[in-house]
Amino acid sequence: MEPILYARNAVKRYGRVVALDHCDFDLYPGEVLGVIGDNGAGKSTLIKALSGAIQLDTGDIHFETKKMHFSNPLEARSAGIETVYQNLALSPALSISDNMFLGREIRRKGLMGKLFCKLDHAEMERQSKQMLADLGLLTIQNIGQTVETLSGGQRQGIAVARATAFGSRVIIMDEPTAALGVKESRRVLDLIKDVRERGISIVLISHNMPHVFEVADRIHIHRLGKRLCVIDPKEYEMSEAVAMMTGAMKPKDSGDVAE
Amino acid sequence: MSISEEKGLGLDPTAEEVSAFIEEETLSDRVRLWLRQTPAAVPLVVLLCSLAIFGLLLGGKFFSPFALTLILQQVAIVGIVALAQSLVILTAGIDLSVGAIMVFSSVIMGQFTFRYGLPPEISLICGLAAGTLMGAINGVLVAIMRLPPFIVTLGTWQIFLASNFIYSANETIRGADIAERAPIFQFMGNKFKIYGAVFTYGVILMIVLAIILAYVLRHTAWGRHVYAVGDDPDAAELSGVRTKRVLISVYMLSGFTGATAGWVLVGRIGSVSPTSGQFANIEAITAVVIGGISLFGGRGSILGALCGALIVGVFSLGLRMIGTDPQWTYLLIGLLIIVAVALDQWIRKVAV
Repeated sequence: MEPILYARNAVKRYGRVVALDHCDFDLYPGEVLGVIGDNGAGKSTLIKALSGAIQLDTGDIHFETKKMHFSNPLEARSAGIETVYQNLALSPALSISDNMFLGREIRRKGLMGKLFCKLDHAEMERQSKQMLADLGLLTIQNIGQTVETLSGGQRQGIAVARATAFGSRVIIMDEPTAALGVKESRRVLDLIKDVRERGISIVLISHNMPHVFEVADRIHIHRLGKRLCVIDPKEYEMSEAVAMMTGAMKPKDSGDVAE
Repeated sequence: MSISEEKGLGLDPTAEEVSAFIEEETLSDRVRLWLRQTPAAVPLVVLLCSLAIFGLLLGGKFFSPFALTLILQQVAIVGIVALAQSLVILTAGIDLSVGAIMVFSSVIMGQFTFRYGLPPEISLICGLAAGTLMGAINGVLVAIMRLPPFIVTLGTWQIFLASNFIYSANETIRGADIAERAPIFQFMGNKFKIYGAVFTYGVILMIVLAIILAYVLRHTAWGRHVYAVGDDPDAAELSGVRTKRVLISVYMLSGFTGATAGWVLVGRIGSVSPTSGQFANIEAITAVVIGGISLFGGRGSILGALCGALIVGVFSLGLRMIGTDPQWTYLLIGLLIIVAVALDQWIRKVAV
């Protein structure tokens, strides 16, 4: 099977610091790929390059067999790569439906929409409700309430629903459970599985080993700016993954391993 | 981000709504939430109360169509500048230069006709265009150069005001000359009466502009983006809002609106004077703050800003009619500013 999204020989330097050192990356269709690595290993640089937030010095990113050059997150998004940022990128004072449609609002049909650019609030609210319901995010009583009135997990839900809703093929999730309590994390993990069921590939960056081991199909271990190896969570213990991540253990040879 | 982290509520799969509010919601939380969603409520109540109090104290003298519409005439200029200021403050910026833009635009209108002999209609359009251009300069410095709006507009305030004095050579164009050669400049000061109520076209312009801006902010994508940029610019950018474009357009619209205030200014004082409207920027900020628009951006409404301007107008006229020392007006306005900002801080506290 061909990867849907892959990077080859990715290099990114910040001054003298080499954040990505000829790094490879593969994401296959319909899988959840966990990305783990120590702080400073270059995970977020890798993810930012994939989502268009930064540009590589050298190396290629291919998406759906085409070579891509994203100069900003919008381009990556319109190609079909959505990112759910750790800070969620929601506007707290705007309503749920305003947030869902921020940057891709729907206008009224007819004269009011064309001439006066009038938004179709009713339609956006209807579609927002539908998106949330599709993901099993409960029936919303008041889609017009502001995001700041929601709990952390609910906000995560809104951000994920927004990412899945607009025909995206790949969703990158950066530490989706870091700020959440036990119950809410549970809900978000279920949400990740639901999204995978819909055939969308997910890149999950997390420090939480139990969460990664639960939902990931494969785990990309990042170390010193490159991919150390890719492991199958069913064949390894969490402690082994941590040992590889920190350099205490050498990865065993397997077909999946890069380099 | 993680307010109810510990509570873990709302993710119960059997829950009926995403909005399951945390149970221990007190009355003050509820009031705060309501105020957050209806930002014009407090200024509107203050406006009605101050009208009622001055009405009781002064009786029919104050509660006459003449006196009430006099307030409108007196706040028209500051009201329009406050509309311009509201847009900028909603993006978490501030425009100290908008008063200078107003005066400079009016001077450009006047001089284009009286110095270069352009038809007054063309000069009027040039004046409005000049205001928009000055706003664009602010916008580019804030959005592209990423300089703080306070510093940018502090600088351009001085620059526009100085250019205004240099360009006009500190000359006033007399009202009689304008009435003779370019009556359109004084159009906004023209009055018409409806049952003792006196309106100027400047008042009508203020109301029309307020309605248009309120519509644009509420019902267009651009308006939603203005709020999103003020709320959290990084989040807005990541969500796909072109924040730079939004910011520049906000400052341009603010400059344009300031220039229309310049037109109203000529109508009100009759002449084109480079020394007029000195404190319009500060008065406009006062109106906006009293009107409940948060200086931290993203919160507030145009209706609130208009109420803020009217509150100042009601206090000024009411206290003058009572016959107090005019300093009492400033003292009370100062108090109102501090109360308004304190209230805003309380409303913004995230504790729902």
